[in-house]
Order: sequence, then C-alpha cells, then structure tokens
Amino acid sequence: MTNTDGTAVVALSDAAKHFGPVKALDGVSLCVMSGECLALVGHNGAGKSTLVNLINGTFGPTSGTVDFPGGAHGVRSVFQELSLCPNLTVAENLAMAHPGLKGAGWRKPARAEIRSSLDTVFPDNGIDVDAEVDTLSIAERQMVEIAIGFAPRGGTARLVILDEPTSSLDEGIARQLLSHVRRFCEAGGAAIFISHMMGEVFEVSDRIAVLKDGKVVADRPTPEFTRQGLVDAMGHVATERAADQAARSAPGDVILTGEGLQARRGEVVGLSGLAGHGQAAALARLYLSLSSDWRGGKGTKAVFVAGDRPRDGVLPLWSILRNISVSVLGQGLVDRAKERALAEDWKARIGIRTDDLTNPILSLSGGNQQKVLFARALASDAPVVVMDDPMRGVDVGTKQDVYAMIRAEAAKGRTFLWYSTETEEVCQCDRVFVFRNGEISAELTGDEITEERILEASFEMQEAS
Amino acid sequence: MNLTMKPWVWAWAAAALVFSATLMLTSGRGASELAYAALSFGAFAAIVGMGQMLVITLGPGNVDLSIPATMTLAGTLALKIMGSEPGTAWLGLIVALAVGLAVGCANFALIWLLRLPPIIATLAASLVYQSVAIWSNRGLRVKPPEGLADFATGRMLGVPNVAWVAFALAVAVWVMLERAVWGRYLLAAGQNLRAARLAGVPVQAVRAAAYIAVAVFAALAGFLLSSFSGGAALNMGAEYLLMSIAVVVIGGTSIAGGNSNVPGVIGASLFMFLVVSMLNSYGAGAGVKSVLTGAIIIAIVIAASTRKTRS
Repeated sequence: MTNTDGTAVVALSDAAKHFGPVKALDGVSLCVMSGECLALVGHNGAGKSTLVNLINGTFGPTSGTVDFPGGAHGVRSVFQELSLCPNLTVAENLAMAHPGLKGAGWRKPARAEIRSSLDTVFPDNGIDVDAEVDTLSIAERQMVEIAIGFAPRGGTARLVILDEPTSSLDEGIARQLLSHVRRFCEAGGAAIFISHMMGEVFEVSDRIAVLKDGKVVADRPTPEFTRQGLVDAMGHVATERAADQAARSAPGDVILTGEGLQARRGEVVGLSGLAGHGQAAALARLYLSLSSDWRGGKGTKAVFVAGDRPRDGVLPLWSILRNISVSVLGQGLVDRAKERALAEDWKARIGIRTDDLTNPILSLSGGNQQKVLFARALASDAPVVVMDDPMRGVDVGTKQDVYAMIRAEAAKGRTFLWYSTETEEVCQCDRVFVFRNGEISAELTGDEITEERILEASFEMQEAS
Repeated sequence: MNLTMKPWVWAWAAAALVFSATLMLTSGRGASELAYAALSFGAFAAIVGMGQMLVITLGPGNVDLSIPATMTLAGTLALKIMGSEPGTAWLGLIVALAVGLAVGCANFALIWLLRLPPIIATLAASLVYQSVAIWSNRGLRVKPPEGLADFATGRMLGVPNVAWVAFALAVAVWVMLERAVWGRYLLAAGQNLRAARLAGVPVQAVRAAAYIAVAVFAALAGFLLSSFSGGAALNMGAEYLLMSIAVVVIGGTSIAGGNSNVPGVIGASLFMFLVVSMLNSYGAGAGVKSVLTGAIIIAIVIAASTRKTRS
C-alpha cells in the first residue's frame, strides 16, 4: 500500500503552540513522506486544526521547528471552514490562489484550470465555473475548495492538507475524493487527511497519527490499527455501534406536516439523498414556517441546529455562554444566575471543551462550536428540533453521546427532523424521506431503512433519464 | 478586563483633554459656563446618538438619516399646538412623541414592506417630514410656554435639566441592552441576522423597535431643543445628522453591528461639543473649524480601533 520514496515533505520536531495559557499543541514530532497519506485523528479540540495551521504557515510554533526539506512550495490546505470568497465566481477564486495569472486575459486559463481540476477530482460534477460561490450549495463549495487545492496553480501540489473534507459531502462524492487522494499519493504526492469518519480513514491512509490533548499518542501504519483500537487510542470509551434500537419509542400522533414530510410525536425523522437535492432548503422553510419573525421567547414550536455554522449558527461576537442561552431567554430581564446554571449544566452534559464559559465562542474548535449549537437547541422546550446536517466536524465519541441524547429526548416526546449527509446517521432514524431533485422520492420506515434502499432512491431517476 | 481596553474610555479621555485645553487658554476662567454649555448641548447629541446607536447595532447598512427632519417636525408641531399657552407642556411632549412614533413606523414600513435600503428609505422619507414641517410652520416662530422654556434651560443640583433627561434615558437604554432579553435579541440580530432568526430571535420585531426608538429619541431631542432655544427653526436639526453618527463611532460602537456602547456615546457627545467650543476659543475660522473637527474624529477612531486589534 505504501509507495514512500523516503523523502520527507514536512517534518515537525517537538513543535508546540500555546495560545496564552491554552496549550493547543504540546510538543509534536511528526513527518510526512512524499507518496504517503497520513491520517490525523483525534477529538474536537485535540489540536488537529492547530497542527494544520503550523504546517501551512498561518502561524509559527511557540517552540520546536517545522521544516520543509524540499522547500515550502506546493503545500496546499483545504479547510474545514470554507475559505472561498462568496462574492466571486469559481474561476475567480482559483485565480486568487494562482500567482501566475496576471494581466489581461487571465480569465480563460483560470476557467480551464479549475474546470479540469474539478473534472479530475469529481467526474460529472456539473458545477458551473462562472457561478458565484454563494449561489453554490455547501457541498459544491467544498468540492470547489478541494479542486483548488489540487489544481497545479503554476506549480504542482506536493502536500495537500484536507481538514475534514468530506463532512459536507455525500457518500458518492466522498468516494470520488478518496480515490483521487489515492491516485495523487501513488503519483508521489503527499496528503494529510483529517476526518472523524473511521471508514474513510482506514480506506485512504497509509499511516495514522492520533492526537490527544495536543500530543501524538499513537503513530503507526494503518494496517496495525483496528477500528476499536483507534477509538480507544483517541481516549473515548464509547462503542462504535450506536444507539440501542430497543430504546425506540412507539410514535405518537402526527404533529407536523409540510414540504411533503410527515412527522409524529417522539419520532426521529431523517432526510436523506445526495447533497444539494433540496433537503436543507426544505428544512429551513419548514423551520421558518414554525417560528415567527415577530414573536420570540417561550412557547416556540421549533428550534434549529445549524450545520453551516458561520452562516446559520454561531453569533461570532459573543461568549460561549450567550451563544448557548440565546434561544431560551424568556421575557423581560435576563435571569443571569439561571442562564449561567443552564450553560454550566450543558457544558458538562455535552462536554464543551473550555475552562470558562465567558470565553468567546470563536476560541472553540469547530466541533466544540457545534456542541454549543446542540446545547442551544436541546436546552429549549420546543417540541420539534430541526437539524441541518448537525454532525459536521463532531468527533466519534461526541456523536455517540449526541445520538443517545436525541434518543432520550425522542422518548420523552420530542420530534426530530434530521438531515444528514452520512447514511450511517440516517439509518438510525425511525422514518426516512429520500430527496431527489428537490422532491421526495421515497419514504422508508423501520426495516426498510437500509443503505441500499436509500442509495437506490437517491439515484433511480438519474439513471433512467 | 483592562480599563484602557474599554472603547468608551477613549471618548471620555478625549473629552477631558479638550476641556482642559480650552480652560488653559482662558487660564481657568469660565469653567462652569463651559461645563454647563457642554452638558446642555452634549445632552441633545447624546439623545439622538443613542437612538442612532440602536439602529447602527443592527448591522451594516442600517442607519437613520431622517433624524434632522424628525427633530424639526416634532419641535415645530409641538410648539404650534402648545401655542405658547401656559400649562400645555405635557400636551406638547405627547405630540412630539407621537410624531416620533409615526415617523419610526413609516420609516420601518418603507424598509420592511418595500424592502428599500435603510439609507434610501430614511433619506427620502426625511424630505417628506421636512416638507410637512415647512408647510405647518409657514415661517412662524412660536415661542415655547414659559414654564417649559424655564425647565429646558434650568438646572438641578447644578446640572442642566436636559442633561438629567439624557442621563435617565441612557440608564434606561443601558439596562435594555445589557440586562434585558430585548437587548440580547438586538445584539444577536446585529451579528448575523440569519443565524439570529434561526436561533429563534424575532428579528423583524427587533428591527422595528430599533427604528421606532431612534425616531422617538429624535422627536424628544427636537422638542427639548426647540424649548431650549426659544422656538423651532427649520434648520435646527441639520447638524445632528453627522453628529449622531459621529458620536456613535467615536463612542466605540462597532459599525459592523452587534456591539453597542452607551457610556461611549455620552462621552463622545461631550467631546464633540467641546471640540467646537475649543476651536471657537482659539479663534479658528469656520473652514478651519470644520477641517480640524473632521481630522480629530478620524484620529480618535483610529486610536480606538488600533487599540482594539492589538489587544
């Protein structure tokens, strides 16, 4: 499986990065050879993103060294929080990252380069390179970001860092990416692949490094790990097989219809299908129709858990505390003692990694921000919880905890509407609606909910047409 | 948090500095007169500034440019209805506040129903308000009732009454912003309107309230200013357009939204008046005065913002 020719692209030696008292990275020694795909796994807040930022030069190490034996050119990063300019077109975004495109007539080569890169990584993607990025779905934006990372851009990509690249991609697209990464490494490129999805990690990587609390706790070739061994190395005692099926409650009366969906009291309803086929838009419309522009506070029918955090979820100027409590403030003056107690309670229950809830929300890693958004929704007493791909960037252990929480809340009579790009999550639902081209193509319940049935319903028509 | 990191400290420090610079010229004479004038005129700027602050907190593009016209209209109509008769002060106040309420509702209706950008909506509407004021006034200069004029120019415990009004209002606005649910909603909407809406914040109600509040504040300022200066004049609000925005920015409120600062607006209001009176004392001409005022505003904003990024 390995084709390493023995030359290191990047070598970190005892590299540490401290943010004030916070030791984000606490002495890491690691190197990536050319022709190798290194997977980096660890909990939310274990230091993965910090490590990426050290390698791509966003900031330097507090101590230790980061060396590039063959020079630092050709090091590319594909970020977890998308870094495209939303007001520019796909081709213009490529040109921004391409030092060679200057002067008149840059548009044509930019279009050609991004077109060929997109088609290489994601065959049949159908993305218009003249579309402005903010008109694309989150999955398409992620695809563009990845394609820009692999594009030659006046040189060659030697090391591509992929920070949770598949979190907003559906199965089929993710598979295309994984096989491209394999091809890229076989041709002598190096890749760092960060993901919470164990299946992908085992499929794509040659070697796995496990980060925990800013340190590398395991660094071995992939075949030496088992799934369970890897989860144990990350330090979370949770079984991979999720939420016990026995806890499922008998569904109650239909409490919600709209957008062709039907949901019963105490039911977990999944929305599936390929990414960008209208699920997220249908959920947003449904949520907006259940809540008001003019009335807030108690008695709201629904709450929303965003997956696109910067756009739909996080209030960036605020503390963690205020971000948790915004949906449950009530009326009149804020009861600050109660607010505090509620936030402390949720910090403990969902495991938000911070020593002080008055720290800014942006001081948290992506996965921990997502936990805050979960806490915000679950803390309310709304009978319907709408979730728009809410597990993006959440680590395996936390996912298990949240699945259990969702099951427990459903048993108490809450209804969940859950859009997910991961079939494994959808398979945990009581009822699944599969979307295709903005319409519902199948409704599955109970034993009918299997990966095959969902994929079948997602593709059927496309193959026929 | 360190005191120097609070943005409002800069506005107050600048006000104190300018105050002493002016007194240095007069070698200490006229300190109490200068303080009285600063507190009186600063109060009007503070009242409209706090209103403008609420709207600016809603985020980029949100601003009320109809403040001068609203002040003029409220002052004119209130004084006309009172007709200098004694004992009509409360009636006048109610008329002025009703004008503010109507103007605020009209502004927000344009913004919400017709989806006009707030800058265009309030600027265009202000032409209408100004015209109504001209039409109802017909060049007459009605004096305020004597009791009201005495109140507006009088003082209590050595502090001008209008400054007490501004102070009471500031406390109310501060409580709303820092302690009340409504303030949380306003600040959330200003950071990210979509995220706030999806978190259950009633964003349209919040926006409506902000636009109505700024108009009511402007109407109150217009009513007090016309009582203070012995009658309404058609251009009486003119200087408060730039002033209301300047005091918000100098006071440390973020133009990008989601961040308000009540003490900063008060300090900046005092500072703005003191700068003008300092330049007057130094005998600067009108042109020089404008240039220097602009330069000083820019310097303060830069000082405050570089401080913030470093921290």
